[in-house]
Amino acid sequence: MKPFTVVDGLVAPLDRANVDTDAIIPKQFLKSIRRSGFGPNLFDEWRYLDHGEPGQDCSQRPKNPDFFLNQPRYQGAQILLARENFGCGSSREHAPWAIEDAGFRAIIAPSFADIFYNNCFKNGLLPVVLDAAIVDRLFAAVNAEPGYRLTVDLSAQQVVTPDGERFSFDVDAHRRMCLLEGLDDIGLTLRHVDAIRAYEARRRTEAPWLFE
Amino acid sequence: MSGQTLYDKLWQAHLVHQETDGAALLYIDRHLVHEVTSPQAFEGLRLAGRKPWRTAAAIAVPDHNVPTEHRDQGIADPVSRLQVETLDRNCTDFGIREFGMHDVRQGIVHVIGPEQGLTLPGMTVVCGDSHTSTHGAFGALAFGIGTSEVEHVLATQCLVTRKSKSMRIRVEGHPGAGVTAKDIALAIIGQIGTAGGTGYAIEFAGEAIRSLSMEGRMTLCNMAIEAGARAGMVAVDQTTLDYVRGRPSAPSGDNWQQAVNWWQTLVSDTDAVFDSEVLIDASTIEPQITWGTSPEMVVPVGARVPDPTSLADPVRQADGRRALAYMGLEAGTPMTDLAVDRVFIGSCTNSRIEDLRAAAAVIRGRRKADNVRQVLVVPGSGLIKQQAESEGLDRIFREAGFEWRDPGCSMCLAMNADRLEPGERCASTSNRNFEGRQGQGGRTHLVSPAMAAAAAIAGHFVDVRHF
Ligand code: SF4
Repeated sequence: MKPFTVVDGLVAPLDRANVDTDAIIPKQFLKSIRRSGFGPNLFDEWRYLDHGEPGQDCSQRPKNPDFFLNQPRYQGAQILLARENFGCGSSREHAPWAIEDAGFRAIIAPSFADIFYNNCFKNGLLPVVLDAAIVDRLFAAVNAEPGYRLTVDLSAQQVVTPDGERFSFDVDAHRRMCLLEGLDDIGLTLRHVDAIRAYEARRRTEAPWLFE
Repeated sequence: MSGQTLYDKLWQAHLVHQETDGAALLYIDRHLVHEVTSPQAFEGLRLAGRKPWRTAAAIAVPDHNVPTEHRDQGIADPVSRLQVETLDRNCTDFGIREFGMHDVRQGIVHVIGPEQGLTLPGMTVVCGDSHTSTHGAFGALAFGIGTSEVEHVLATQCLVTRKSKSMRIRVEGHPGAGVTAKDIALAIIGQIGTAGGTGYAIEFAGEAIRSLSMEGRMTLCNMAIEAGARAGMVAVDQTTLDYVRGRPSAPSGDNWQQAVNWWQTLVSDTDAVFDSEVLIDASTIEPQITWGTSPEMVVPVGARVPDPTSLADPVRQADGRRALAYMGLEAGTPMTDLAVDRVFIGSCTNSRIEDLRAAAAVIRGRRKADNVRQVLVVPGSGLIKQQAESEGLDRIFREAGFEWRDPGCSMCLAMNADRLEPGERCASTSNRNFEGRQGQGGRTHLVSPAMAAAAAIAGHFVDVRHF
């Protein structure tokens, strides 16, 4: 996993609430057995005017000029600005895979759906929760100023605006450490092998039917 | 000190290790695996040279991509076929039990777990699928995980997670005739919103919940995720025990009694304190129908399409307007004026025997309306299909002009060949009315099985209570 420390990047706004993972990456792309290559199909149904199928060359497809990802001013954006309950619906990890594959490193929103929030951390993508009023102000700033950038600093747990204004955000210590150091969760859990074995031994006597 | 909630008890019983910052290592008893969210997890194990920790805890089944007709001819779409074959190969390579596409026990992963007794009270159950919340109906702690976590559970039999807050939703009193678990679920989501349960594990309680069958409780817990909660659960009672007894993987003999002794403690203590409480009067719930593109955009069947401009919040107003445009609706139209093009009866929400019986009861001796292009009835498993056929339900469906299919997810998410065409309106018993969910440009209205069946006959939505 790519470590995340500080990202200073262009911001792209997706101004709608309850964006679900079906919208982030539609089901036909879930047939892939790979972990990468989902970026061109991120928000496929909103981004293109035709129907997308796996294996197409997306550069040849007709694009929806109104969709933010197709606007020249947001090319190369690394920070996605979103509204409440972002990532709701299906547990598909293909959603953060697609967002990350499209070049984003952080998402800022007033709230995220639980499973999506969790999945982001496994993929070097930082979901940042900021107060709805602050997110509102950021939307206004992004819309007003082409080239608007933000700095997301995970060590300091702060989002910094071009004017030097700082907004703190919460993130739990375990997730923060894994992301900062790019650590593999499985390796960390396997440090507790003895505790897992001891738990299993106890449960085998308490609830033997669970082990049949 | 106050008592423990059901969630507290389940959490405690599976805690392997607690970090000081709140992260916890939780032991997983049952791991359900399907073809869509597992290939990258198995690949991860291979790349790291890891083996599954305890293969007997896992059970795999292909469901999302499988065809629901002409199954003997295999899967036509090569990409879908490769995904199903990849699951077969991974299960063989890693020694994991699988109900393959041609096994009579094959079905939707959340239907077969309970049916086989692989889901039991007191278990932790995970699956790379958000509707894993379904299994909470058994007094189990069940929730969906992502693919990285699928790999984590395969490798360690544990999950790194943190405890959610607890919410109790009490539905007291009795719902009227024609009001089902699906209507209760939709009414709850309409009240608390699709993010209302975010960060919470929800326990459903109260008289109306106690009187639900296990099928009804599964429908309800299935939709906990649509209220934003990863887990929904119902306490163990006699209904639970009666359902579990005698299932192929349920404990038997001495183990049964020992298990029951523990399972009977899986209720919230009377003095338990919840972080949040919601009280709903069942008698006020009417048959529900969604009008928009989020399950919270729901109204009683007798209502009209709402006017989004009446909403105070500008973000919601914009969402409402977008939803009306997508759904091809005008504010103020009575919901029962909406004609349907297709009807889908199935999905992990409503494909169990009770659902099929409810649909059949409504249509017996009648035929689908001419304007309805297709009615799909897709049982949740091969065994449910057999059961329904032994009761003659398939005949009732066929005589009504409905199509009787093989088990799978089907048009719930349209990963196989069953899908809506752009602009088509569908009465669906599934759980998500998101844009494009049932096919690009498709318009989904979520309803109960009886409401869906009635719409198929009438050609438009109707109040099943006066049908
Ligand atoms: S039936 Fe629908 S919701 Fe249920 S597991 Fe299948 S695709 Fe998911």
